[in-house]
Amino acid sequence: MSNDWTRRTAAELAEALAAGEVTSVELTRAHLDRIAAVDGDATSGIHAFLHVDTEGALAQAAASDERRAGGTPLHPLDGVPIAVKDVLTTKGLPTTCGSKILEGWVPPYDATVVRRLKAAGLPILGKTNMDEFAMGSSTEHSAYGPTRNPWDQTRIPGGSGGGSAAAVASFEAPFAIGTDTGGSIRQPGAVTGTVGVKPTYGAVSRYGLIALANSLDQAGPVTRTVLDAALLQELIGGHDPLDSTSVDQPLPSLVDAARQGATGDLTGVRIGVVSEMSGEGWQPGVMARFQESVDLLVKAGAEVVEVSCPSFVHALATYYLILPAECSSNLAKFDAMRYGLRVVPDGNPSAEDVMRATRDAGFGDEVKRRIILGTYALSSGYYDAYYGQAQKVRTLISRDFEAAFERVDVLVSPTAPTTAFELGEKLDDPLAMYLNDLATIPANLAGTPGISVPAGLAEEDGLPVGFQILAPALADDRCYRVGAALEALLTAEWGGPLLDRAPALEETR
Amino acid sequence: MPDRPAEPVEAISRDEVARLADLARIDLDEAELDHLAPQLAVILESVASIRGVAGDDVPPTSHPIPLANVFREDVVVPGLTAEEALAGAPASENGRFSVPRILGDEQ
Repeated sequence: MSNDWTRRTAAELAEALAAGEVTSVELTRAHLDRIAAVDGDATSGIHAFLHVDTEGALAQAAASDERRAGGTPLHPLDGVPIAVKDVLTTKGLPTTCGSKILEGWVPPYDATVVRRLKAAGLPILGKTNMDEFAMGSSTEHSAYGPTRNPWDQTRIPGGSGGGSAAAVASFEAPFAIGTDTGGSIRQPGAVTGTVGVKPTYGAVSRYGLIALANSLDQAGPVTRTVLDAALLQELIGGHDPLDSTSVDQPLPSLVDAARQGATGDLTGVRIGVVSEMSGEGWQPGVMARFQESVDLLVKAGAEVVEVSCPSFVHALATYYLILPAECSSNLAKFDAMRYGLRVVPDGNPSAEDVMRATRDAGFGDEVKRRIILGTYALSSGYYDAYYGQAQKVRTLISRDFEAAFERVDVLVSPTAPTTAFELGEKLDDPLAMYLNDLATIPANLAGTPGISVPAGLAEEDGLPVGFQILAPALADDRCYRVGAALEALLTAEWGGPLLDRAPALEETR
Repeated sequence: MPDRPAEPVEAISRDEVARLADLARIDLDEAELDHLAPQLAVILESVASIRGVAGDDVPPTSHPIPLANVFREDVVVPGLTAEEALAGAPASENGRFSVPRILGDEQ
């Protein structure tokens, strides 16, 4: 095992802490040093972080060491540092959502996810970069400059959680928190060679998550292994009385499912390959890795059948009506009155003048595009034709899932149709950008859980490919079981984790 | 329904985008309108494909899980202090948010 603490998984770090081989201060400092060495800024380096909390993280680590020395660690992960996407509020630590409209804002309260991390004793390294208000598939829509993919810094790290995925892939953090509204955890996971999980809708609290689209947003883990993701989801998940959409029933043990899957035995598991989520238009290297993974699952004892979900072809259009509608309403609160940016035009402007000027200056292009699209979809005369129709198609998509899960235990597909594209390549073509979320969106519309597991590198460009596993609502354990099995089989074949093959990063400091 | 659009969908015009931006309280300048209007037209044309996909017999789903009202006992719990609530305000005065004038010149 490497002596470099930043190369270890969260589970390994927890063991090392428990065994007294290392202190939380030592390994928190190791990660802060790595961030200082490779993260760079808007112009060079990975740029996974928008805010690094060196002082706060080290203080939390010191407190953790004190607890452990006293024999009272709060949780098995107590002392293991973590990074948090900048969409979650952090008391005393800037939270910008990747937007100029919240530049410098310091929330007076913690999101429930953050509160649970702190209550378990995990030092928070900082806040990770993201597409503004989580709108995008490339992290290029961040108002603070893009994050770069550690595999190839001319490429996108996925979005909107590109910062969290890149931080984990570049060994700046052992694991991180992301949020997934249309694939923003799973797609960055796929293109950076990390594990990304979207839990069942409501299985992890959304209190303190700055909402993009309430009926779709879901916080979840970004990690380097399936087991780490299970440990993290168990820590942050569970009922929260502060979130009225929080699910008030327990999930089966995710850690047990990951450990069971890691034995590599999938006897009796029925796996459905979704015919609408592959084929023409999908990168050949992505399809090749996907097919190899399916073959491995068969060898592990799984029964594989092709499953058709005919309404999935409408998922993208449905999503791009429901999401803007909800976001146009959610983002109305950025009105320059109580917090955030205030731009005051010349003369004797009214509150409304200030609001208009502030929203023009504070929101980026993609945010304006979606607010206006949502305003259109909700406006009188168009509501039934667009928003109302989208809500009905959402029902059809849920029915497709229900019918499929009567035949199989999980559904599988490539996580994204292509590997990471070049920075700037799709910036002026929103529709092409949206197509990236083709395979991830149905799960958000239906509220079902999904995981993306690294499936290898595409032959044509040597970039990571993700394998997506979807399960019925509240059956998140199935994602972990099948995901861990695939991970174990592939890692054995590769002779080590996929990320070991990523290029060494140049130090920027 | 008074202004239901005729089939097929009309392309969204530059004036329409300006009106929507007005409704959304965003001041778009001319260059932004020139840039946004054609992009929105393309996106709308694409999402219009779902029209007619689901018939009247399909109920709409607004939320992926069934929602019920959640109540708690009516007990006083500590909230943010005035200082905390005002800490992020662009301007405050005497423990209150300070905002630009609400009424127009003629009022």
